[in-house]
Amino acid sequence: MASIRFDRVTKKFGEFTAVSDLDLEMGDGEFICLLGPSGCGKTTTLRMIAGLETPTSGRVHIGERDVTFMHPKDRRISMVFQDYALYPHMNLADNIAYPLKVRGESETKRHARAREVADVLKIGHLLERMPSQISGGQQQRTSLARALVYPSDVYLFDEPLSNLDAKLRLEARGFLNHLQRDMGMTAVYVTHDQAEAMALATRIAVMDAGKVVQYAPPLEVYRRPATTFVANFVGNPPMNLLPVEAMVADGNVQLKAEGLSAAPLPVSRAAARALDGNTKLTLGVRPEHLTIARGGEENTISGALFANENMGPETLVTLERDDAARFTARIFTDESLALRGTVKLGFASEHVHLFDPGGTRLPMDHESA
Amino acid sequence: MTRYLNLYFTRIGFSVLTALVGVLFALPLVWFIFAPFNPRAEMGLAIPDPFSLSNFETVFGNRFALRGLWNSLVQSVGGVILVGAGATLASYALSRSPIPGKNVITYILLLFSSVVSGSAAMVPIFLIVNGIGLIDTQIAVILVFAGGLLPTAMFILRDFIDSIPKSYEESAMVAGASPVQAFFDVALPVIRPGIVVVVVWAFVNIWGSFLIPFILLRSSEKMPAAVAIYSFYSEAGTPIVTLLAAYSLLYSLPVIILYLFVSWKFGFRFFGGIKA
Repeated sequence: MASIRFDRVTKKFGEFTAVSDLDLEMGDGEFICLLGPSGCGKTTTLRMIAGLETPTSGRVHIGERDVTFMHPKDRRISMVFQDYALYPHMNLADNIAYPLKVRGESETKRHARAREVADVLKIGHLLERMPSQISGGQQQRTSLARALVYPSDVYLFDEPLSNLDAKLRLEARGFLNHLQRDMGMTAVYVTHDQAEAMALATRIAVMDAGKVVQYAPPLEVYRRPATTFVANFVGNPPMNLLPVEAMVADGNVQLKAEGLSAAPLPVSRAAARALDGNTKLTLGVRPEHLTIARGGEENTISGALFANENMGPETLVTLERDDAARFTARIFTDESLALRGTVKLGFASEHVHLFDPGGTRLPMDHESA
Repeated sequence: MTRYLNLYFTRIGFSVLTALVGVLFALPLVWFIFAPFNPRAEMGLAIPDPFSLSNFETVFGNRFALRGLWNSLVQSVGGVILVGAGATLASYALSRSPIPGKNVITYILLLFSSVVSGSAAMVPIFLIVNGIGLIDTQIAVILVFAGGLLPTAMFILRDFIDSIPKSYEESAMVAGASPVQAFFDVALPVIRPGIVVVVVWAFVNIWGSFLIPFILLRSSEKMPAAVAIYSFYSEAGTPIVTLLAAYSLLYSLPVIILYLFVSWKFGFRFFGGIKA
């Protein structure tokens, strides 16, 4: 096991900058998720750890070794590919054992080891089959077995679950979580699925346009998204965002918008300074922090009912406001909600997020900023 | 009712028409199978009576013609090895390496190949081969064929390799394989169906060629079958049908065998281990 360090790494493809001036430390035994939309540079970052891409500038270290220009075979890494990349002309046993073959292990030894790993992954009975003769979930586990069959410093995952159907994906995710707890491996995991990142990571690096926007443990990313981009990306459904007018008086900020009634919010002194002169802010509230409001209480937002989706344990209620902005609430009830016309959603002050015009989150008073 | 009758006659008419077309194409093939065994064969189609191998006896007595078949085999196999190996390595490099302008290179090569292998280039090819001093050698024939076929072979194979995900080799290299190991263990077996197509295509091309060996070779004992077949023409230039038929059958056997072997062994197919 080893740590990984990016030292001012930039990667360009022609004119396009995939990764820009990246500084990132990944600790020994950590499970790091690189999270972001397609084209944000997360896969390029992973491939630079693997040695499948060479940085345009900057340095990459694995442990104490500078691996920037090292061939992949010498890096002591394992990687699971999005398309699995199982060799179609070899049966599963040979596929799983291939890394041992190139290490010069005898056939008996490597097949014994392949069987060991395959049994753990519950594909031991398929070792004679060819990759084209097994299901997608089994192919995924075979590629995982091939990555686990030999000891590595770092385990790399390039969207390994994105080709599975929803049910298998949950199962595989749980297994990966178990594996990480069991082995304590250093892993870097690329995904565009925020739920995977939340479930697996010890720290998430949220990336956008070649830069890391936030690098923090999952709950921190969820509780205090650094920017509106992160707020919009993490959480399902994403955080509701609403442009508001703000006025600061006596250390409190008063928010105003059509259909919004908000109690004055105490903001931190730093935030108050940042607010100075800024009257346009963005208000953010997570869907799970919204409730159906009854009377004329404070901290509510109203709009016309747009959708009312019952999911079983919860109901998604979506409002559409006059400015076409939508607000979604997750109401945790298994009863059907009879709603019509204009609906009011309520929220608590401690669940309010404020973002400055640049999209950066303002620290709130109750947070030790 | 009339509608059904109409349909009925349309079907019958169509079937008769296609049958006629089929017969038109089948007749030469039937002749090709029967005539070699008919000691009195003519241009007309006839069932051999008596069925005899005497045509083959005469052909096997013709040393020059037999030697021609052997020469064809030497030239074809030699050319195929060069084309197969060269095209595989070159197209792999063209497909996988980040050479700038590699598309331009490929298209220029394709353009050149249609010039080089054409009869238009015969004079310069002859002068070059003569200059190197390779006139009247099998090597010259093999090299000229390889040079003429390689660009198209590379073009076909590059397209094929482009369609194969890089992650095969990448996963091998991450797992500890050197680029050479990754190529031979993983890439080559996956590319094999494409190579097989190119090899068969090159073999058939060289096997049937007349002009290039005819011009580059001098001594009759080096001529391939396509040239040797003219020994079954009389001095006046009329074909001796019986012997020509027997020799033609022998001449086409290797190609047929090659097709059967390839489709039995490789099946011109492709199997996947990549989840799309």
